[in-house]
Amino acid sequence: MTEFLQQLLNGLSLGAIYALIALGYTMVYGVLRFINFAHSDVFMVGSFVGYYMGKLIPEGTLWGGLTILVGSMMACAILGMTIERLAYRPLRNAPTLNVLITAIGVSLLLEYTGQVFFGAAPRNFPAIFPVTNFHLGGLIISSNQLMVIIVSAILMVVLQLIVFRTKIGTAMRAVSLNPKAAVLMGVNNDVVISFTFGLGSALAAAGGILYALNYPSIDPLMGVMPGLKAFVAAILGGIGNIPGAALGGLILGTVETFVAGSQWSTYKDAIAFAILIIILLFRPAGLLGKFTVEKV
Amino acid sequence: MPRPLTQRTRSLARCAFLFLVTVSAAFAAPEPIRIGHYASLTGKEASFGQAARKGVELALAEVNARGGVLGRPLELYGEDIQSKSGEAATVVKKLITRDKVVAVLGGNASTNSLEAAPICQNYRVPMIAISSTNPKVTAAGNYIFRTCFIDPFQGAVLAKFARESLKVRRVALLTSVSAPYSVGLSQVFREKFTAAGGEIVADLKYSEGDKDFKAQLTALRAARPDAIAATGYYAEAALICQQARALGLTVPIFGGDGWEAPQLIELGGAAVEGTYYSTHYSAESPAPEVRNFIARFKAHFNGETPDAVAALGYDTVMLLADAITRAGTTAEPALRNALAATKDFPGVTGATTMDAQRNAAKPAVVVTVNHGRIQFVESVKP
Repeated sequence: MTEFLQQLLNGLSLGAIYALIALGYTMVYGVLRFINFAHSDVFMVGSFVGYYMGKLIPEGTLWGGLTILVGSMMACAILGMTIERLAYRPLRNAPTLNVLITAIGVSLLLEYTGQVFFGAAPRNFPAIFPVTNFHLGGLIISSNQLMVIIVSAILMVVLQLIVFRTKIGTAMRAVSLNPKAAVLMGVNNDVVISFTFGLGSALAAAGGILYALNYPSIDPLMGVMPGLKAFVAAILGGIGNIPGAALGGLILGTVETFVAGSQWSTYKDAIAFAILIIILLFRPAGLLGKFTVEKV
Repeated sequence: MPRPLTQRTRSLARCAFLFLVTVSAAFAAPEPIRIGHYASLTGKEASFGQAARKGVELALAEVNARGGVLGRPLELYGEDIQSKSGEAATVVKKLITRDKVVAVLGGNASTNSLEAAPICQNYRVPMIAISSTNPKVTAAGNYIFRTCFIDPFQGAVLAKFARESLKVRRVALLTSVSAPYSVGLSQVFREKFTAAGGEIVADLKYSEGDKDFKAQLTALRAARPDAIAATGYYAEAALICQQARALGLTVPIFGGDGWEAPQLIELGGAAVEGTYYSTHYSAESPAPEVRNFIARFKAHFNGETPDAVAALGYDTVMLLADAITRAGTTAEPALRNALAATKDFPGVTGATTMDAQRNAAKPAVVVTVNHGRIQFVESVKP
């Protein structure tokens, strides 16, 4: 029983990070209908910004940790908006495939520029938050795991409020529904899209910091695997659907953890992805997605 | 017919000119002997590649300072395989066909050597693996050698160390399924350890590049092991140690020479204190040739202490230079035969003899991490 609870906790803290990254994929897909493959590398940049800020700010304090978290989110929001402005906006009216290929290009650019600037060897991420372990019977809960779950939950609630309770959120939903009609209603699409990228990238940065807190070895290619899993999580939950991305992330993280802790640990990723295929066979639009027929 | 005649004279003149150029060039400076070295200078196995390259460079500088081999200097053709699979095959093909190297040195991770070996064998160019311990590497053919011990040997060393020195009976095994090195080492360890009366109480797997091991560690914690054997590479080993300690596992953790990298301590910090691993040599060894080598290495690389991979890189070049001298030529199969006949070659990592399978037979050492420094524990011969 203790083992089960411990695995559940491990799975939820891993899944919460996947969920944070998945939100970025899903939001961009929602407004632009394309997958921003550079998203997983913004995640990587987020943790490197945290790494360098960690050198300036004293380690192991709550305010220091939060400063780094917010600083890194802001830096990545700017990065995300810059990428959108330079790489995607000129292609606004081009076929989706062109934008998709550009996204892969931006992803590789970030990865290999990262190797030049940060070096390719893995680095040790500083313990920016105070660390303690809570013992509950046989269950060991680290403050970092709690931090991941709490911060992710807060960010998701804030995101939900932004999307459904603010003017810019309404504009985002309008652009997502019908960009042309949104323009006619006086929405500045460029501002909305730019904001979406900024928001998604800030969440990726938060994911990057939280990931590095739990797995303190960071390198320029660290985003590839979590990015892929988060992408899968977004599809699993129903791409374009915000609660779906969160749900997908949690499911994927938990399943992966339980398989990794069993005798079938060899097939960890295979089983996680097989579940995806099975779910998509029965629900092609994902768990919470609505299946819409595209009218020609 | 005047035209063909002029053409012939022209080509004759050209031939004569080319001949003169070649001859004069040959007299001006002896043609260097080209040696290829491939390694991961970047990426997550960069520590191995960079250490090996430093060892190779030091050896080349020393050989050339004493006049080269057969009166010809050694020239290095280095390639970076970026810790990527598939890359080793590409660069080795390039080294052989374009750079025309007489021998290929490397790789470190067995995965890379397994890719490169069939190509070197096909072209009949000797390859000497530097720290690839998976037995299959040299099975690719009679042109493939190595200067390190192999996993069956290392697995036996670890099993003996765990059973007799750590005095543990119940061991949990963590294997990286995407690294042939780790899979091979785990397999031999399991056989030898159970044969010695030990028991493998948990057997869990992960893949290269994984960062989350809490699931596996939680599962193996439930099996209550006396020790944990993690047979993968240093980047994952450091995280495994950290997460194991965070989950309250205080038992000893040990691994093989894949742990040999300064990053193990940088990444692992306090969590790798008191862990053990087997390796090819210890920088603390009092042997004069080791002390001497360390002094020269430090002088050449700003006071840096060479690790086992650097020492193996150095030995590999020296072993090749020795074979070329004995063969008296760089032509095949004379060079290959000379390499295969290597006997009691005095290297920094111990006297090297090539066995019938072209593997180097030499003892292993077990080291531990003590206050952020690598400390010699014992020399093991199973």
